[in-house]
Amino acid sequence: MGGAGRATAVALLGMTGVLVDIEAALTNQKPGIKLVGLPDAALREAQVRIRSAIEHSGFEMPKRHLTVNLSPAALPKHGSAFDLGIALAVLVTQGVVDAEAVGDAVHLGELGLDGRVRPVPGVLPAVLAARRDGRGTVVVAAGDADEARLVSGVRVVPVASLRDLAIALGAELDPVPVEPVPAPVSRRRVPVVPDLADVVGNREAVEALVVAAAGGHHLLMVGPPGAGKTMLAARLPGLLPDLDDGAALEATCVASIAGEGLPEGGLHRRPPWEAPHHTATAAALVGGGSGRIRPGAAARASGGVLFLDEAPEFSAAALEALRQPLESGEITIERATVTARYPGRFQLVLAANPCPCGQFGSVDGDCTCPASVRRRYLDRLSGPLLDRVDLRVRLDRVSAAQLRMTDEGGGPTTEEARGRVLAARQRTGARLAGTPWTTNAQVPGPWLRAPDRRLAPEVRAPLDAALERGLLSMRGYDRVLRVSWTLADLAGIDRPGRREVGAALTLRGTVR
Amino acid sequence: MTQNDDLGRRGERLAADYLAGLGYRIIDRNWRCPSGEIDLVAVDGDELVIVEVKTRSSTAFGDPLEGVTDAKLTRLCVLAGAWRRAHPGVRTGGSRIDLVGIVAPRTRPAAIDHLRAVA
Repeated sequence: MGGAGRATAVALLGMTGVLVDIEAALTNQKPGIKLVGLPDAALREAQVRIRSAIEHSGFEMPKRHLTVNLSPAALPKHGSAFDLGIALAVLVTQGVVDAEAVGDAVHLGELGLDGRVRPVPGVLPAVLAARRDGRGTVVVAAGDADEARLVSGVRVVPVASLRDLAIALGAELDPVPVEPVPAPVSRRRVPVVPDLADVVGNREAVEALVVAAAGGHHLLMVGPPGAGKTMLAARLPGLLPDLDDGAALEATCVASIAGEGLPEGGLHRRPPWEAPHHTATAAALVGGGSGRIRPGAAARASGGVLFLDEAPEFSAAALEALRQPLESGEITIERATVTARYPGRFQLVLAANPCPCGQFGSVDGDCTCPASVRRRYLDRLSGPLLDRVDLRVRLDRVSAAQLRMTDEGGGPTTEEARGRVLAARQRTGARLAGTPWTTNAQVPGPWLRAPDRRLAPEVRAPLDAALERGLLSMRGYDRVLRVSWTLADLAGIDRPGRREVGAALTLRGTVR
Repeated sequence: MTQNDDLGRRGERLAADYLAGLGYRIIDRNWRCPSGEIDLVAVDGDELVIVEVKTRSSTAFGDPLEGVTDAKLTRLCVLAGAWRRAHPGVRTGGSRIDLVGIVAPRTRPAAIDHLRAVA
């Protein structure tokens, strides 16, 4: 009777991996298996999977009582990724595998009843955690090997079955080739990003979209149904530059935890796009769930675009939950025992009808809403939320004349617009070099109003006048300044002139 | 059913021989009372040992020891008390329950697994 065995796996708390020691020990009681260390339902069922997997791999379950402990014991553990480590610890108690051979390698994988090793979500952050802890070797399902190899400096050992793993660790057995379980196919990122040239009319809105992309500004579009709000919003990711290495790794980690699989190039390089339905709860939006804390739409949109269509229809709780990430760029989900963190640096695009019936202010329809209902409708978007939205544009339905005009030459294509955005972002980057910010939207007002960046009095005259007359709050003033700088970057000039400030005032817009 | 009874009898014989080999003194077999039956009663040193023998012809349906359910263990505790009350003359230091699992294939020698002091 071997006695005791150990192995290592990783528990994920949001994006943070914690190494978990798996101990298995035999005690003199009648045969059975007991798993301790705060397992959730999926993990507790490991007992059943492991028993079947061990017996179908040509091994025997111990004829004594087996106690499996997952340490640290107070940390709640979720999911099936511990199966492989637990099964290995059991094989060590049996003497099938030598304890020395297991060493300090980290094992991640779910077991099928046939003993095959299945891919699990969250391999990328788990391997990053293993590397941070100085572990040199990670054993994963064959289907997860590509994802694990995205982390440099760690030896990745893919295994197709538990038997393969035992053989790799020196068990004297004949290999039985099996078909490896493939990784899930990425269902993320629409492969074909729709082109901006498809948009008919709405020149101002198209321009606002380009400004939003160039400066990273949050955007609100108000207009009647059929004006093209959703169509425009869907074209924003195409205008954004590729994610840099850090952002791409982060986006891929979130996608991995959400179980979405890898794109062809390895990392998710294109900005993500999330458009949750307006019935989404706060937990669906920022993250949560029973037991395991899953990333919500806002976390999955980090680095890209979070589009809320029919924004006033979202519950107040869901919208308010977005304030924290908008403020800090990070999503923190507190539980009694744990705190999970996810990135929350998304660009917010809100679309709204002007009133419940949608017709208010449109040229070709009559609004049937009472004035009080109309007033309350957009008020559902709270002040603190709208305060962070730099651009507010009003859209209208396309008229026959505009449609005819497109025959003579439509708006810019995504390709052209992206060229402008990239050039503007380069100028922004050069100016913001040495600061913690990368886009104009992130720059705080005082920095813009500092002496060496202050605009000439005649340039900011319309702004000052609006402030004086109470048409603009100080916060609104800063917002116009930020957009002015983006417009200057798009125009390729060193600092905003009257033209840019004027245009920025218009883009700040009044939508109600 | 008679086949299984034969297997059980054979297992109990094997278990008795095995325990005798370990120096246990077998003092009772197949003792019955309204609560159930005790397969073997033995004395090990000054301890009274209530022995449950479980025999299977193969492990196709699991290890024999797995066949001893928690309910059965509880009943064995009750039976142990009943046996002591029925035999006030037998004085021992304490009592415990042992399990003996036997895998007895028809053509090959049986394998004996002895689990001491499960309750």
